Amino acid sequence: MNKLSEWFSDPVFTSTTVNSSLWINTWLTIYMTLWTMILTVLIGVPLGVLLFETRRSRSALARRLNAVVGFIVNVLRSFPFVILIIALIPLTSAIMGRATGPDAAIVSLTIASVPFLARLVEAALRDLPAGKIEAVAMMGASRMQIIRQVLIAEAMPGLIAAITTTTIAVIGYTAMAGTVGAGGLGDLAFRRGYQNYNSLVMVATVVVLVVIVILVQVIGDWLARRVDHRARS
Amino acid sequence: MITLENLTKVFPGPGGGADVVALDDISLHIEPGEIHGIVGRSGAGKSTLIRCLTGLEKPTSGSVTIGGTAVSGLEGKQLRAARRKIGMVFQHANLLDSRTAAQNIAHPLQIAGTPKAEIKRRVAELVKLVGLEGREDNYPAQLSGGQIQRVGIARGLAVNPEVLLCDEPTSALDPGTTRQILDLIRSLRDRFGITVIFITHEMAVVREICDHVSLLEHGQLVQTGSLLEVASDPSGRLAQELIPLPPAPTGLNARVVNLDYGDSTSLRTTEDLIAFANTHGAEASLVAGTIETISGVQVGRIQLALRNSSGRPVSDEGLAGFIAACEAEDVLAEEVDAR
Repeated sequence: MNKLSEWFSDPVFTSTTVNSSLWINTWLTIYMTLWTMILTVLIGVPLGVLLFETRRSRSALARRLNAVVGFIVNVLRSFPFVILIIALIPLTSAIMGRATGPDAAIVSLTIASVPFLARLVEAALRDLPAGKIEAVAMMGASRMQIIRQVLIAEAMPGLIAAITTTTIAVIGYTAMAGTVGAGGLGDLAFRRGYQNYNSLVMVATVVVLVVIVILVQVIGDWLARRVDHRARS
Repeated sequence: MITLENLTKVFPGPGGGADVVALDDISLHIEPGEIHGIVGRSGAGKSTLIRCLTGLEKPTSGSVTIGGTAVSGLEGKQLRAARRKIGMVFQHANLLDSRTAAQNIAHPLQIAGTPKAEIKRRVAELVKLVGLEGREDNYPAQLSGGQIQRVGIARGLAVNPEVLLCDEPTSALDPGTTRQILDLIRSLRDRFGITVIFITHEMAVVREICDHVSLLEHGQLVQTGSLLEVASDPSGRLAQELIPLPPAPTGLNARVVNLDYGDSTSLRTTEDLIAFANTHGAEASLVAGTIETISGVQVGRIQLALRNSSGRPVSDEGLAGFIAACEAEDVLAEEVDAR
């Protein structure tokens, strides 16, 4: 018993003020993930709709827009995140006024996860039967009505699954946000755990990450089930 | 109500190949209150025709006029306004899974910007009309195929359209449910005088519900007319589809003739024909046949085995005499090789 309390006497576990505190870094991971996801959903979902809508448009201009946006999305998705975060330092400083810290990391995290979510949204929309979209078009619906009342409403279970997957990917990305001094659990595991040969810290941070990821997945699945009125096969 | 004038739709060939003519110079007029069947095999152009009627496809040339509005010339806002006056029913209903039955029925009204209280009243009315009371709050996944199609029909009727376009609405249903849906559509026409275009490949459905029928083949209008007209014209393509010829029998020890009747004024039933054969020196017995009563008139294709009084096959002269006598009475007769 004494041995156990000795193990956990490390300020990583006891302090809520030092930079290496498990609790502060847990909060930082949640903070970065939450803000990143709010921005990602706001930008990524409309971008996914845009990719879907312009892909087979009758308008040549729309198809060209699709090609350009699709190319940018592909390029951004090809970058290893750790490289992207460094490449984006000038942009981050311009937007946030500084290139380091959690708020700065949110900029690069968002830029990395928006294309990821946009492609997942596009795929979820492509799964919708074309007949449903045409049926509503034949009722005289406008483009915006179709997007809101058919695309978004019908694909909602798929969209929630896409957002869940993206959230978990972002939690993984935050580990690399330590590169720009943003902190977070991944950074703690790497610096205090791996580089200082402190297995306890490493295991503890991984356990916290696992718990967070499972929670996100469980909540995502629950929400998706709640909005899913399709027949269970 | 609906007029197609020289409607032609050409799609560019896949991969730069030869152009595909989906609709080839189709002219057709459909009167108000008519249930007009459009039949043809898959790929005959039925779907393209429906898509041109709703402005989902622009005709390459020719025009589509519905209720005095030239739909084929409309764009954007005006096209959407015109669509709101046409009801549409689909093979798989195409209901939204995320909406309850009542919300699906309300959808066209919502799109048209109808006030909420009015939508509520109208949906209650429609639910009753199609016999879905108590199912309003069910999602499509909780309804049977027939109930789903009832929701689809109620949704098609929501905006009080003058025209209801039905694209194979019974093709995915079992025979009992098909009959219920057909009865519903016919009663809607009888009560509200709505004009119905009914696309199908099932001839039984055409016999059941249509007043008029058109046959599309390779994008061309091959035959069109009232059901009685086309069914009683044995040389026409639709009669062969509507009243199929029985297969040739074997081992009868008799001469066998095929008889098509329907526009004959004197020989109106199978019994008439058998009696007619007997007066021409042959003992006739019915071996096969398809008989339908369309608009109160019997139309049929039957096969008669003809023997003489001693039970032997009738002679060549006897047969030729009978065939000539039949043709004189507007019955198409033809010998079948029965050996």
